[in-house]
Amino acid sequence: MAKLLLYLTLATSLIPLFSVAFSPENPTDRRVLVLVDDFAIKSSHSLYFGSLTSRGFQLEFKLADDPNIGLQRYGQYLYDALVLFCPSVERFGGSIDVASIVDFVDSGHDLIVAADSNASDLIREVATECGVDFDEDPAAMVIDHINYAVSNFDGDHTLIASDDFIKADVILGSKKIEAPVLFQGIGHSLNPANSLVLKVLSASSSAYSANPKSKLSNPPSLTGSAISLVSVVQARNNARILITGSLSMFSNRFFRSGVQKAGSSIKHEKSGNEQFLTEISKWVFHERGHLKAVNVRHHKVGESDEPAIYRINDDLEYSVEIYEWSGTSWEPYVSDDVQVQFYMMSPYVLKTLSTDQKGHYSAEFKVPDVYGVFQFKVEYQRLGYTSLSLSKQIPVRPYRHNEYERFLPAAYPYYGSAFSMMAGFFIFTIVHLYSK
Amino acid sequence: MVGKTESQNGAVKATAAPAMNLESDLFSNFSFKSFKLKTKQQELLLRVSILGLVYILAFITRLFSVLRYESMIHEFDPYFNYRTTLFLTEKGFYEFWNWFDSESWYPLGRIIGGTLYPGLMVTAAFIYWTLRFLRFAVHIREVCVLTAPFFASNTTVVAYFFGKEIWDSGAGLVAAAFIAICPGYISRSVAGSYDNEGVAIFALLLTFYLFVKAVNTGSLAWALASAFGYFYMVSAWGGYVFIINLIPLYVLVLLITGRYSMRLYVAYNCMYVLGMLLAMQIRFVGFQHVQSGEHMAAMGVFFLMQVFYFLDWVKYMLSDTKLFQAFLRITVTSAIAVGALALGVGTASGYISPWTGRFYSLLDPTYAKDNIPIIASVSEHQPTAWSSFMFDFHILLFLFPAGLYFCFKKLSDATIFIVMYGLTSMYFAGVMVRLILVATPAVCLISAIAVSATIKNLTSLLRTKSKTAVAGSSKGTGGSKASSKASFDQSQPFQKNGAIALLLGAFYLLSKYATHCTWVTSEAYSSPSIVLAARGAHGNRVIFDDYREAYFWLRQNTPPDAKVMSWWDYGYQITAMGNRTVIVDNNTWNNTHIATVGRAMSSYEDEAYEIMRSLDVDYVLVVFGGVTGYSSDDINKFLWMVRIGGGVFPVIKEPDYLVNGDYRVDKGAAPKMLNCL
Repeated sequence: MAKLLLYLTLATSLIPLFSVAFSPENPTDRRVLVLVDDFAIKSSHSLYFGSLTSRGFQLEFKLADDPNIGLQRYGQYLYDALVLFCPSVERFGGSIDVASIVDFVDSGHDLIVAADSNASDLIREVATECGVDFDEDPAAMVIDHINYAVSNFDGDHTLIASDDFIKADVILGSKKIEAPVLFQGIGHSLNPANSLVLKVLSASSSAYSANPKSKLSNPPSLTGSAISLVSVVQARNNARILITGSLSMFSNRFFRSGVQKAGSSIKHEKSGNEQFLTEISKWVFHERGHLKAVNVRHHKVGESDEPAIYRINDDLEYSVEIYEWSGTSWEPYVSDDVQVQFYMMSPYVLKTLSTDQKGHYSAEFKVPDVYGVFQFKVEYQRLGYTSLSLSKQIPVRPYRHNEYERFLPAAYPYYGSAFSMMAGFFIFTIVHLYSK
Repeated sequence: MVGKTESQNGAVKATAAPAMNLESDLFSNFSFKSFKLKTKQQELLLRVSILGLVYILAFITRLFSVLRYESMIHEFDPYFNYRTTLFLTEKGFYEFWNWFDSESWYPLGRIIGGTLYPGLMVTAAFIYWTLRFLRFAVHIREVCVLTAPFFASNTTVVAYFFGKEIWDSGAGLVAAAFIAICPGYISRSVAGSYDNEGVAIFALLLTFYLFVKAVNTGSLAWALASAFGYFYMVSAWGGYVFIINLIPLYVLVLLITGRYSMRLYVAYNCMYVLGMLLAMQIRFVGFQHVQSGEHMAAMGVFFLMQVFYFLDWVKYMLSDTKLFQAFLRITVTSAIAVGALALGVGTASGYISPWTGRFYSLLDPTYAKDNIPIIASVSEHQPTAWSSFMFDFHILLFLFPAGLYFCFKKLSDATIFIVMYGLTSMYFAGVMVRLILVATPAVCLISAIAVSATIKNLTSLLRTKSKTAVAGSSKGTGGSKASSKASFDQSQPFQKNGAIALLLGAFYLLSKYATHCTWVTSEAYSSPSIVLAARGAHGNRVIFDDYREAYFWLRQNTPPDAKVMSWWDYGYQITAMGNRTVIVDNNTWNNTHIATVGRAMSSYEDEAYEIMRSLDVDYVLVVFGGVTGYSSDDINKFLWMVRIGGGVFPVIKEPDYLVNGDYRVDKGAAPKMLNCL
């Protein structure tokens, strides 16, 4: 009995241990590897790291060229997310290289990349793999002579106060970011072939990317709002990536400093960096905007068991439950634009699911008068949310031979004629044979 | 095995020859006093034992493939038949009848019960159930493998009766022996070739036999039996269209040649009406039988028959020739007008469907090539090369015209039928390779008439000239001694020797035929084509079992709901052996779907990817035979993919894949060819 109790306590004490790891049931990242150029960043950016630790993340700081670092051991990933705060690293230590970082993302893990002016080729390569291209000029920075942040000394206008945010509550949180965000670093452009990457913070139309220390001889390659300051990627496997050209925007100095945009009289006590970066890190680390669909069910109207095959013209009911991860628990996801398709090479039925506000979505419809192998498809892709792509295959068969109507009213004349013919022939035969 | 069959053959020949002699003996009314049995009984005994030996021979000569390889199903279509039979025996008839198969033709699915000819499966299942009832624990696969040889044996019996009906029992015996080993028939009925044709040729010959019997006797019972034979044929094979067109044609010829009789009227009407009603019970045929263009000839002749009967009656009632001539003219004109009008209205309103492509390509061999690439792409549908005639018929090809001569010499309703059957089927055999099969029974029967008649003439010549001449054949000896009283004609000294020489020549030819047939069966027609055999450099046999290995790989390494895309040839085998869903298979009912696959195969990779995504393809199966020199791989079939794809999607153009009109697959090939999937 005592032994059993021991096992029970052991088991129960193990449960939270398991649950902290990344899993579909609990999608928030827990173990984060932070690669830095030197450990001074740990203290100079402590506010940002502090906000992560306070939300329960276990940060592990390593030098980027530490020969002992590795993302996986024995085929298992050791971390759930990777933060690259090492803009000048030329070569990672240990077993990490660009390919292993891409593999890390491909297997569904998250990534934050912060470059800076004089970013190394390695970091640029990682960014290119993610679908953004930093300005090729190594000395270039984003310069904006109109929307710069007013500071004590009149500098070269590389410190930018930007408030051109993406309009998506799910990424930036529902609370509006009042103060502009301070940015100092290199700009990047989005690869037009990549449809997954989004500009979260873009430069104003008066910005351009050039070397601030030299005189501008050629027209700059990146100008205006084509320059992205902060971008995010949500991969097809729902891995999330944050890319920015400024490491200093994460720093305590930027977090604390006040900001006044040039030409504006409002002086904010505190820059928007802390709120902006904290909210976006919540998104990147799956504390927000992560959906799951469970209990996909379908059955005939009036029944509750799921059949293996439907018949044409059956009435059926399809239901699914969709929840959103709130960081600590699954909350019902409420929306009125979730649609289900009854699909065979093209959708035969497309219907909006009605919801009961508790995460349960359902729709009733009639199977089309076409047999074949159909699929129930829910393709739900909304900005900022993880994409839901459910498909469930179900064959639809035609009527069986005994499922048609036995006697057709329209055919009664034919039945009549057939039987009267038979009777007539019988009588005729008798008369013909026995009349004489 | 070869030696054994050879000796068996020899035995049959040796016994068949005296049988002819005995036949002739019977005509000259000799009595066999030295034997205990009466002549008639003796003859019956001989006939039955010969037939029994032929029956066994027909079965065992088809077992080469089982001995060489193993008891397995061959080729492509038989795998589908096997799968459906398995389903039938497991789930019962009603499930089979209503079977909707979601594993083939993804995502369209296929109503199996309504799109196949169930005769073969039901037959095999029936044999299986019978054996189970008799407590023989056999596996359904063994039943399926041996169904075709079993029915080939039955065909020999039918051939005997048919030969007896149109000529005499001697011709029947020779016909049975011929058809037992004729390569043209063996090609489709070796053990393991579990295909519709194996059963259908039996049904075809049975229907013809019963119909000829009905015409000869005018009996309602035989006509009814022939209607049931027709029903069996319809349930077994799409080739029933041949019957439903040949019989009306035959009736028409009889009408034109003035051989109309009450017997014909009874036989045809009963057979047509009942056969039609029965055929409509097969779901795949259904209302086609009264609506499609292919069946209209039979209906037309049916009505013509009624007009003929009516005219006959009127003629009988009128008894005035002049008046009757006028009436005849009016009736015939109006009948033709009404018929043409009905046909025109039916076609225009879409009630009568036009002829299908396959039917067109039969009448016009170039039609398919120009219009329907999918029909032309099948090797079985190619026009026949003369060498394959020689290969499949051997001496029968030369005996065929001789048999026709004999038939014309002794013209009757039955011989007219066999002549028409022979001529039409020979034409069709020339159009399509696979229809050699249909021609085989006719060729065998007509050749048998030639052989039987020749030998009978020769032996009777010998017998009348010199009784001792027959001493060469062992069994006739006893009888001939007793009747050596006939005078010796000295005026024709060479006739005897000539007859002997001719007889020896005939026997030589026949033995050559037997050798050839056995050789062809063993070398050419007994390979399952799913397991390849080749001769190695040292003459040893090398077996490639790659196909089955590939299918078992699919079965064991892919998820159960994976969809496999391949060219349609392999569809049936993937579903049967790999147990995976396929996009297209050998039941080529949806040309567009096949063309989509052809397009995917012949597009650039990124375009092909989109097409395949739309079809939810998980795996693609391609066959490459370049290493082993296997010629029927996908590179070889590639041009057909292009043509079929191009037939529906004009984006695909055949010249893009050719270099100066040549098809090349090496590095000099067209760029589009090299870059496609």
